Amino acid sequence: MLNIGRETVISYAFIERNFNLLKRYLNWEILFFSYSIVNALTIGLIMVGRGSSQDVLYLVIGALIWGFLSIMMREVSDAITWERWEGTIEYTFMAPIYRITHLVGSCLFAILYGLLRTGLVLAIMPFFFGEHIDLGSANWITMTVTVAVSSLSFIGIGLMAAIFPLLSPEKGQAATGILQSVLLLISGIYYEIEVLPEWLQPLSKISPATYTLRSIRAAMLENASVESQAGNLLLLLVIGIVLIPLGFWVFHLAERYAKRVGRLKRSG
Amino acid sequence: MVEKKVGQPIYGLTVRDITKHFHRTKKSDEKLRLPEKIRRLFKREKEIIHAVDGISLDVNIGEIYGVLGANGSGKSTLIRLISTLLLPDSGSIHVFGDDVVTHSMKVRRVMNRVSVEASFFKRLSSAENLVYAARLYGISAVEAKKRAQVILERLGFEAKRMDEEMEQLSRGMQQKVAIARALLTTPMLLLLDEPTTGLDPKSKRDVQTFIEEIRDERNAVILLTTHDMAEAERLCDRIAIIDNGKFIAEGTVEELIAKVPPQNNTLVTLEDVFIAFTGKDLEEEED
Repeated sequence: MLNIGRETVISYAFIERNFNLLKRYLNWEILFFSYSIVNALTIGLIMVGRGSSQDVLYLVIGALIWGFLSIMMREVSDAITWERWEGTIEYTFMAPIYRITHLVGSCLFAILYGLLRTGLVLAIMPFFFGEHIDLGSANWITMTVTVAVSSLSFIGIGLMAAIFPLLSPEKGQAATGILQSVLLLISGIYYEIEVLPEWLQPLSKISPATYTLRSIRAAMLENASVESQAGNLLLLLVIGIVLIPLGFWVFHLAERYAKRVGRLKRSG
Repeated sequence: MVEKKVGQPIYGLTVRDITKHFHRTKKSDEKLRLPEKIRRLFKREKEIIHAVDGISLDVNIGEIYGVLGANGSGKSTLIRLISTLLLPDSGSIHVFGDDVVTHSMKVRRVMNRVSVEASFFKRLSSAENLVYAARLYGISAVEAKKRAQVILERLGFEAKRMDEEMEQLSRGMQQKVAIARALLTTPMLLLLDEPTTGLDPKSKRDVQTFIEEIRDERNAVILLTTHDMAEAERLCDRIAIIDNGKFIAEGTVEELIAKVPPQNNTLVTLEDVFIAFTGKDLEEEED
């Protein structure tokens, strides 16, 4: 039977391990962090001198939130890729832990890491944009609630994306990248989804990022309350509630397949 | 659900008629025309590899059971089947009476494995790798470090090097850390998949001595795969010779030697036995 206390303690193993890896690859982290800052800056600066401070903030929100949601989606998948490359996945799968514990640990790290990196980028933004960004009418409570609720659906997508590297580390990383870029295109990160071709718009409506961006922009640009965003938030919650168990189930099926055809071994 | 019948002996490890096959894409040396190449790109021909083919064995508590075989003979597949990393096509495996497929969680608690490749997070230190591995078994970081230090020192690994990154350590030292990883969870069933392959003579001796100590101290069940005749002779109470996924001979060293008639009045060695049964020379295989 699942002992919640024991499993919670065990899931810390994945958080600790990933932070240890992060320390060891600090030079890469600095590179990714610099890229996140430059990305948010270059996108925001497009509108400086051309549009209002609201327009600049519109784009910066897109860059920051996309950065955060991408981390949510990629980290679980990357953790599996890493284990496949190093060959440690066999030892993790051989350990007496439930898969849910393993994946929850990776998800918790993704949330902490995503918050840390996005928070640092956010803290640096005022030094570059100054009066070009006006956060006077931002509703931080609505923004925080939206980020928390939408994290669920992105973790669900991340769990499903993690099956790609489980079955093939090389092809898996490419598949996760393709999935991520499709979400970037259809979710209205830097534009309204109405500008997309009509045939593509139905896809936008099933992407959780679409509703995340809408609510966060409403919160940061129009001081929208949590109540006013209830519809979007409920939809995000439902998507999350559906996607997380679906993600675990799909991962379970992929694990069984990998054990049947012998995909877990690195070599030999 | 597996029923444990009263009066039936419970072995540490019981394997019954286990089989595992894989599909592999057939490679063709023939020169093909473009349409044929395109056709084959979409419809690749597969061949079936019988990696493990009807193997049965019993290992008693306190026994070291050796599986001797050439590369690709099915040793590692057998270990992976026992360690719940592969699902068998047919047959059954029980560890202390529990089925590895239906009671995998229970089995994993009492088992650990050392594989031929010491798989670690190379940029993490051995201490960080070991703490991570121990936490998965519910062992605290403090306890893990304490246990690891004791095991590593017995293996001739200086404890002060535990904070060095794994990639800074030699192959022999990495393998010692791999052994520590398996032993710090105090497994009742220890699966050793060519644990000394590629080690220098001193490290090899350290590891072999330690395996003997584990057998004597812990009364554990140990399954050892190797292609080192001297190692098999020194460590194993019983040995099975595996070839093309099948056990073709089994017994103590003396029993196996007795099965091969001496030639030219020379003493029969385990290597002679291996060659007589498989028609292969392990040293040639390694080359």
